[in-house]
Amino acid sequence: MSDLHLRPNSRVGDTQLADHIVSPRIYLAVFGILLLMTATTTAVSFVDLGPWNTVVALGIAAFKATLVVLFFMHIKYSRRLMQLVIGGGLLWLAILLLLTLSDFLTRGWLPVFQRFES
Amino acid sequence: MSEPEPEPLSNEEYAASRLQHHFVSMDQQRDASTLAMWVFLVTEILFFGGFFLTYTVYRWQDPRGFAHASLHMDILLGTINTAVLIVSSLTMAMAVHSAATGRRRPLLAYLSATILLGFAFLGIKAVEYMDHIRHHLFPGPGFRYPGVDKPAAEMFFSLYFGMTGLHALHMIVGIGIMGTLLVMAYRGRFTPGYYNPVEVSGLYWHFVDIVWIFLFPLLYLIGRHLR
Repeated sequence: MSDLHLRPNSRVGDTQLADHIVSPRIYLAVFGILLLMTATTTAVSFVDLGPWNTVVALGIAAFKATLVVLFFMHIKYSRRLMQLVIGGGLLWLAILLLLTLSDFLTRGWLPVFQRFES
Repeated sequence: MSEPEPEPLSNEEYAASRLQHHFVSMDQQRDASTLAMWVFLVTEILFFGGFFLTYTVYRWQDPRGFAHASLHMDILLGTINTAVLIVSSLTMAMAVHSAATGRRRPLLAYLSATILLGFAFLGIKAVEYMDHIRHHLFPGPGFRYPGVDKPAAEMFFSLYFGMTGLHALHMIVGIGIMGTLLVMAYRGRFTPGYYNPVEVSGLYWHFVDIVWIFLFPLLYLIGRHLR
């Protein structure tokens, strides 16, 4: 039985019979960057950057997470559907965080609601 | 495991025997299970997301209290544990690679290494927990904390134990999964045509690593420059 109707645009090498097999060289390179970034984030935390400490720490964490997702979790080589699912997941996470924080973080802006700040 | 031993089958025949009847092809079966794991991981993102949100709200209320409380973390152990998990992600990725290229011995070795690194992480975490508990930093009636930041510090430690505890629980589950894979791999259940259990378990392991990648700076690194 053919599954062509499921994949009208399938090409040879498009994760057909074999998954895209990522070279260990790429894994090692990603691994090296991840370790380097871990050392960097620890080192930077000792420098006083004011509010930027948090921004840098989260930026590095997001960068590391992206590397893991793209290469270790093969999303760079995955089909659109998987990429879309992750995008959807991150969108819902953003809704959870942004809508809730838009409440909590703005409560001091109006005099009426300042009880939360005390 | 009541199914007959697969030894007499060729790789192709064995892969075909792994095809469940409700799928059209191995490709479809593999895509379905990979997609399902990703959907599960999305629910996990939101599960941990609630914790990260709570953390953000309470840290926003008392940033300095949180920063001071975070000084009680052992930054060396935290950094080592981050490295341990990154190495375990590498060995996991290499396990998937070994399975995909049909090399059984490296697969067994990489899975074993991943398990050992998982235990190493949990061991270091346990040492940290013991240290915090000995210093009366476990939230509750026994919580002792000098200074005016006590409420914020207690909230910080509640979140610390909650978030790292949930993460550790995921590590324990992950180690269990790796142990199962190890047994399956030992019995020769994986071939280049059928290794999706390794692949999707790898996705789970990497996800747990990613959670720690965010926990580490948020719990260990936020007060270092205040010293």
